[in-house]
Amino acid sequence: MKTALKIAWRFLTHAKGQSILIAVGIAVGVSVQVFIGSLIAGLQAELVDNAIGRSSQITVTSAQRGELIDGYQAIVSSIEQAQPDALYVSPVVDASGFLRAGDGSDFPILLRGLNIRQADQIYRFSESLVSGTLPGDGEVLIGVDLAREASVADTVTLATPRGSTKEASVSGVFDLGVASLNERWIVSNLAFAQDMFGYAGQATAIEMQLRDPFQADLIAPGLAGILPDTLKVTDWKTQNAQLLSGLNGQSVSSLMIQVFVLLSVVLAIASVLAISVLQKSRQLGILKAMGIKNRDASLVFLFEGFFLGIAGAALGVLLGLGLSYAFTKFALNPDGTPVVSLLIDPNFITISAVIAVVSATLASLIPARRSARLDPMEVIRNG
Amino acid sequence: MDNIISLRHIEKTYGSEVKTQVLFDISLDIQARSFTSIIGASGSGKSTLLNIISTLDRPTSGQVYIDGTQTSDMSKAALAKLRNEMIGFVFQFHYLLPEFTALENVLMPARIRDGRVTKETMDRARELMKLMGIEKVANNNAAKMSGGQQQRTSIARALINNPKIILADEPTGNLDSESTEVVYDIMRDINERYQTTFLVITHDRRIAQKADRIVEIKDGRIYLDLPNNVKQLA
Repeated sequence: MKTALKIAWRFLTHAKGQSILIAVGIAVGVSVQVFIGSLIAGLQAELVDNAIGRSSQITVTSAQRGELIDGYQAIVSSIEQAQPDALYVSPVVDASGFLRAGDGSDFPILLRGLNIRQADQIYRFSESLVSGTLPGDGEVLIGVDLAREASVADTVTLATPRGSTKEASVSGVFDLGVASLNERWIVSNLAFAQDMFGYAGQATAIEMQLRDPFQADLIAPGLAGILPDTLKVTDWKTQNAQLLSGLNGQSVSSLMIQVFVLLSVVLAIASVLAISVLQKSRQLGILKAMGIKNRDASLVFLFEGFFLGIAGAALGVLLGLGLSYAFTKFALNPDGTPVVSLLIDPNFITISAVIAVVSATLASLIPARRSARLDPMEVIRNG
Repeated sequence: MDNIISLRHIEKTYGSEVKTQVLFDISLDIQARSFTSIIGASGSGKSTLLNIISTLDRPTSGQVYIDGTQTSDMSKAALAKLRNEMIGFVFQFHYLLPEFTALENVLMPARIRDGRVTKETMDRARELMKLMGIEKVANNNAAKMSGGQQQRTSIARALINNPKIILADEPTGNLDSESTEVVYDIMRDINERYQTTFLVITHDRRIAQKADRIVEIKDGRIYLDLPNNVKQLA
């Protein structure tokens, strides 16, 4: 075993050029894998974050359309107790109404009465503030587009569809990056919305995010089980099947690319090592004449594959990370942010490296078998 | 009798469709500690015979006994162990491993046997190389030595495991006459010093005459067997 190790190492270091060439070949494969994997993962994370990061991932509403939820405090605490993966569980009062502008014209709005502290974790208003602060009692936060169109100053007059009005002072202006929200949303605390629409002690929905958003469709039925039948639980996955199938397609194509890269790496190693058995057949013949066992003779090539795999994987990970780094530095949006922010996942990189080492070793099985079968007489007879 | 090698009715045929018989009913006993020369024209079958004795090749029929053990029933792994411990090889082409230094080449059979190099082995390697007059090139790459040095290195390698038998096939075939003389003197010296049995193929009658016994092979048969008194005949 040790002898085979020493011989393998010497064979590799003696033919430095060849060994480096194979290692670089493996490294290119591994680096493509690391790069593509990080790119796709980054792309997906960004997509998922954009689509669902700033919204409720599981929403509890009344089973009856238009009905309200009574006793939401108890429901919130029972969800928090039953499902530790549920984050920022918060009651919401959503109601449509109007903003009455100074010139008397009405703008349609969605008044969102939120538990500001909790909801901020979901919608990240504090990161989206263009000016001002989060709303306190009797205050509202207004979307940037609505504020501009309605020429909103320090106070606004809000009206319900039934005609009752309520004054509020504007604490700030937000820009969530989505025009339909910026044009329609007005955010207040829960009490303000309850008071305006007469929903005392009631909420229209309970919203939450999840530790792992992709568990939404598994967690939602569990919640439905512990809540009364009068409530309905919906999750983002069921509502966004199209986005999910897109993500899935991306994952599958990324996997395909990685499989083919791996396959070409394996074939390259197998063929180069097979040639190397022919190159070394004279040495193998001598070693066999001197009594090296067939098992050790094949171990020589397994070790060669293993060493090449390790060198290639290490080099490939560095190369792949370098490539990824260069990509985030040079492929930029006009505002200087990277086109795609890569997701460097140490687990994924470790798995890629391990797969490269294992497949390099497996690829050397073929030459190893040839080496075991080589008859020393061939070498001795033919000189 | 103290026979280290015994051949009984060895026949060897090559080819499956066109059959060529190379050896015909050869029976031969080689005494331990003896120095025997095998001579014969090229194509006479002497190398085939040596390869069969070395267990690298198998006879078509007949038995080979090495130190009293029948080799035809042994597994490949057992034969490899037998070769490693009992037999030292010296070939016409030195067959050193070009990836290793002279010293590492000498140590290789011991490394195969033990999996490592002990201090005793290292001492023995140095002693053998000194005996061969190649201690100065011990750390040279095997490919960067003269033909005579390479052949002397391969003899040292053959001796490292202290084998009972040295099989040499035209060990001086590639050397000039001066180196040839040196290599033969060394082999005789080792024969006496370590009591190693030598079986040497050569086409050089002058060299063969330095042996205790000459066996001539002709057309796959033993044509002449002159034990012990060769020197007087010469």
